Parts: sequence; structure tokens; C-alpha cells
Amino acid sequence: MNSDLRTPLSRARGLGSAKEGVHHFWAQRITAVALIPLVAWFAISLIMMSGADYAVVRAWIGSPVVMVLLTLTIVIGLHHGQLGMQVVIEDYVHNDGMKLALIVLMRFIAVFFGLAAIVAILRIGFGG
Amino acid sequence: MSVANRPVHRPLSPHLQVYKWQLTSVMSLLHRATGIALSVGALYLVLWVVFASASPSTYAKFQAFNISILGRFVLGGWLFSAFYHLCNGIRHLFWDMGYGFEIKDAYRSGWIVVAVSLAATVVSWIVGLRLA
Repeated sequence: MNSDLRTPLSRARGLGSAKEGVHHFWAQRITAVALIPLVAWFAISLIMMSGADYAVVRAWIGSPVVMVLLTLTIVIGLHHGQLGMQVVIEDYVHNDGMKLALIVLMRFIAVFFGLAAIVAILRIGFGG
Repeated sequence: MSVANRPVHRPLSPHLQVYKWQLTSVMSLLHRATGIALSVGALYLVLWVVFASASPSTYAKFQAFNISILGRFVLGGWLFSAFYHLCNGIRHLFWDMGYGFEIKDAYRSGWIVVAVSLAATVVSWIVGLRLA
């Protein structure tokens, strides 16, 4: 006899009442692992480029390896940040409407800035 | 109002006003604070790339702030936040795998994170400027 109220299939799927299971948890951890080498590389690069002039910075951003690594760092970083900010909003904002509005707004900002960065990097790399 | 619908005022934990400060709780708080700072900082880094894709004069205005005292302060703050969140994040990943839960281990890993993130901030700054 099944003692809890969930069906055996529901329990086997392990998705819980929200129907998404551990997706948020996993996405946060996988982006975290990816960011370990990326942030270490980026931190050193940022200091190196912090005083550089226009031409030097553009030559650096526009080199193929940097284009790939910088895009990865910004996109994965924004995704990881977006997942974290969602938890922060969920923890401190208790009005349901305001909570949803803030999470949606925060996601829009993350996507907008991510796309802006990709366009800028491609524009520098391909000489727009 | 029925008993079931009456709002329940349960005590909230931790009681911040009487809570004893300790390394583990301060580090937990700092992890979240640096995470928020880095999220905002990421938008600033995007602006840096966007300004670099614009004209030289536009970039020069942005760069003037970066090399100012305040700009250097922001960069230093970003670096420490990044290294702290990175090191403490690795500490969290070990916890996620089930290691380091003994109180003694949590304090030891905590102090290692504090030391390594401070050292990494200073060392990367020196190495970065030397390579530049």
C-alpha cells in the first residue's frame, strides 16, 4: 500500500509539485562549475585591460579565442546571476504579484544585456 | 475567522537582533551579497564591451571613469567579490557532494576561502598590471 498521496509514477519522475524537480538547482551548479575557469581567466584579463586604450582593447576582444571565452563568460555569468537573483527575490519579496514582476523584469534585463554583449563582441571581431 | 485561516505568527529564525556573529553565518551572508554585487557588476562589464564596440571618443569617456580613483575602487571590489564568490562557491560545491559538514571543517574551509580570496585579489592585480 502506497503510504503517501503521490502516485508511484509521480515519485519515480521526482519532479515534485512544481513539476520542474531539481532543474534550477542543477542549472545553478553546472553554470557554477563552468564559471570556475572562465572567471579566473577573466579576472586576470580584466586587470590587464583595465588601463588599456581603445585599439588594444578592441584587438584583444576581437581575437578568436577571446571572442569565444568572453561570450561564454558573459552569457553563462548572466545565466548564473539570473538564477541566483531569482532566489534572492523569492526569499525577500513576499507579495506574489511584485515577486513575479521583479523576476520577469530581472530576466528581461539579463537577456537584453547578454544579447547586447554578443552583438558588441561580434561587431568588434568582424569589424563592423 | 476559523482556526485554520487565522494567520500564524511563528518565530522567525535566525533572530537577527540577538544572533551571535560567527564566521559561517557572515560568510553565508557575504556569499549572497557578493552574488548580488557581481550580478550588477556583470551589467557594467557588458557596458564595457558595448562601449568598446562604439567610437573611440565614446570609449574614452567610459575609460576615464575606469582609471579614476572611484573606478579603481569598483574594479578592486569586483575582483574581491569575484574571487570570494568563486572560492566560497567551490566550498558550497563540496557541501553539495556531502563533504565538509563537520563544524571544525566548516570553519577551516571558511578561513581558507577568506585567505585565498584576499590573496588572489592582491596577486591577480599585481600579475595583471605586470602583464599589461
